[in-house]
Amino acid sequence: MRQYRKSILFVSGNSPKMLQDAPVFGSDGIVLDLEEAVAPEEKDSARLLVKEALRFFDYSDMDVIVRINSLSSGFGEKDIELIARERPFALMVPKASAEQIAQIENKLDQVEKEEGIPAGSIKLIPVIETAYALQYVHQIVTSSPRITGAFLNAEGLTADFGMQRTKEGEEILYARSRVVVACRAEKLNAIDTPFMDSDDYEGLEKDCYKARNMGFTGKAAIDGRQIDTIHRFFS
Amino acid sequence: MKNAVGREIPEYIEGYGKVRPFMGAFANYGVRERASVRLRSVKPGEQKLLASIDEVVDKVNLKDGMTVSFHHHLRNGDYVLNLVMAAIAKRGLKDIHVAATGIFPIHEPLVEYMKKGIVTGISVNYISPGPVAKAITQGYLKNPARFMSHGGRPRAIESGDLHIDVAFIAAPEADAYGNINGVNGPAACGTLSYAIADSIYADKVVAVTDNLSPYPACPIDITQDFVDYVVVVDSIGDPNGIVSGTTKVTKDPVGLRIAKIAAQAIDAAGYIKNEMSFQTGAGGTSLAVAAEVRKIMKEKGVVGSFAAGGVTGYIVDMLNDGLFRNIFDVQCFDLKAVASYRDNPRHQAMSGSLYGNPHDKGAIVNNLDVMILGATEIDLDFNVNVVTGSDGTIMGASGGHNDTAAGAKLAMVVTNLTKGRLPVVKEKVTTVTTPGETIDVLVTERGIAVNPRRQDIQEKLVAAGLPVKSIEELKETAEKMTGKPEPIEFTDKIVAVVEYRDGTVIDVVRQPK
Repeated sequence: MRQYRKSILFVSGNSPKMLQDAPVFGSDGIVLDLEEAVAPEEKDSARLLVKEALRFFDYSDMDVIVRINSLSSGFGEKDIELIARERPFALMVPKASAEQIAQIENKLDQVEKEEGIPAGSIKLIPVIETAYALQYVHQIVTSSPRITGAFLNAEGLTADFGMQRTKEGEEILYARSRVVVACRAEKLNAIDTPFMDSDDYEGLEKDCYKARNMGFTGKAAIDGRQIDTIHRFFS
Repeated sequence: MKNAVGREIPEYIEGYGKVRPFMGAFANYGVRERASVRLRSVKPGEQKLLASIDEVVDKVNLKDGMTVSFHHHLRNGDYVLNLVMAAIAKRGLKDIHVAATGIFPIHEPLVEYMKKGIVTGISVNYISPGPVAKAITQGYLKNPARFMSHGGRPRAIESGDLHIDVAFIAAPEADAYGNINGVNGPAACGTLSYAIADSIYADKVVAVTDNLSPYPACPIDITQDFVDYVVVVDSIGDPNGIVSGTTKVTKDPVGLRIAKIAAQAIDAAGYIKNEMSFQTGAGGTSLAVAAEVRKIMKEKGVVGSFAAGGVTGYIVDMLNDGLFRNIFDVQCFDLKAVASYRDNPRHQAMSGSLYGNPHDKGAIVNNLDVMILGATEIDLDFNVNVVTGSDGTIMGASGGHNDTAAGAKLAMVVTNLTKGRLPVVKEKVTTVTTPGETIDVLVTERGIAVNPRRQDIQEKLVAAGLPVKSIEELKETAEKMTGKPEPIEFTDKIVAVVEYRDGTVIDVVRQPK
């Protein structure tokens, strides 16, 4: 399993300040986000900004993951074309399916060859955020040797189900269990969904406790303030 | 000539006078004399209550070239300075020296008075970024502004370096015979500490109040024996402007990261222990340091002797939680602090002189263990600038910065490594406010630098596994992100003289090109 097992910190791909500050919080991995955090009209500029950030900032102490847009969005291919050449540790794949993973893998094979990057060195992290992905999670996480773990995005999943998201997270109990089992069975990282209220430290602690006891290897964060708490629960 | 921090300063500055160069933070102690006071004694039966500011101006016999003083406890809500200066301007007086403890954007009318020659001199210990600071930078003030520290100003007054002709003291509550307090009334601001030296040493003292109470206006901060006249106005200040800008712990993740590292460093250096004393500012990151220190104090069961400074509700909570036995308060930053000062005898006021005067018989800063400081810039010699911004514009003054740095056993600067896309660590700061010999540690989000003078602290922080780097490394890290900024170009015109707390000149501010 890779370094990012305990924590990954999401950073908006269109925020220079956040891209600059991302390394200071001590997370195992950072996710430079081109998808949810970036409005459609800013996709192109964010992609360029992330490319420059990968070249310019010192992210040497952590795994750098870039959440690309899905291929079906029309932005995903451009993301891979530009970002993969900067050799991030991994690409995070939204709305994951085995089919999409296969397409991305083909594209990465091509880019790695063109750039002289060792084949298969850029890893993949599928995002489990749809009912389809949840149903086929084991198939997805075993669909490519590049996959090092999966990330459960409960916000996306509950939206897909039309469920109300709560701090207590009872509504995602089954999803959490299913993702953990699929990842643990394959000795992959299982990264839990972030706790969305970054001012609620007590709520975060409870959520971390729950996720750890369910078997997640780590947890995502949406705010640098959450990293220290996450690290107290995951090792 | 070059002073002890290597700054090239003239021997004489027009409009300021002969320069006494800064010789070192601890070079200027010894036997001192206080100025004598000229006063008019008051016969039984005489009345002090006057009808208007205009009548006051008549009574105190204000003339061209005089010095009038004001305190800044009402901060950006203060109406008194503007009321008095408007009356002075109406009389056609010229060449007035305004000796205010603080100047805020609300004092913008000063700019016109500067342009018209009504105000030709300003002495101040704290100045907010705003129109007056900008006008001084642009050279509208005839004589260079004189920047002092909170301890340096009362030192100057007590020694006779700064003579005040008339002190106008904004009084949230007063009686007709001149007893004053700051804790009652619509513009309650808490302590009146910065006005104490003015009240004792000015030739004339006028209490300006909007809350005249029956005699005696207890509790009394400034007593009647120091006050010549009392005048009632409609309002002395806007309560909304009295509360200091930032009085809550920051939520900024980087600020919190800095605070956490800072608290760990304070603990590793051995200062979080019973009887500790502590001071921090009112900024969000400074208060976050207090929050992190509070956690460690609770974990260790530590009870400190005192917290000091400008006081916020957060520090009051620490007092009430039993984490400190006492507070020494030079200014209340919010209404919770005002109420605590009024109601809790363990929450003590300290005058500006008691707070930081280097030439009294021992200021409170001498008893400080830990002081948390900010910085606009810090250089490789650990000199700190809190006066000028990245474009050379005046945006602050020492306040208590160089007083507390000199007194505290651990003077710690906490700051983001870059601000506004510029590095905070520079080879040489634009303006020296606080000499590096009094700064022990710099804490940023990307590491800690310890002044080489403090090897003892360096060893402890390294042993604790904290991210200790050289200040040169931090400068390189910052410049990798921001590039190296072009130096600011200045004209030869000196627009402000920066005095160290002992009255020597540590630097001058020149007008940017």
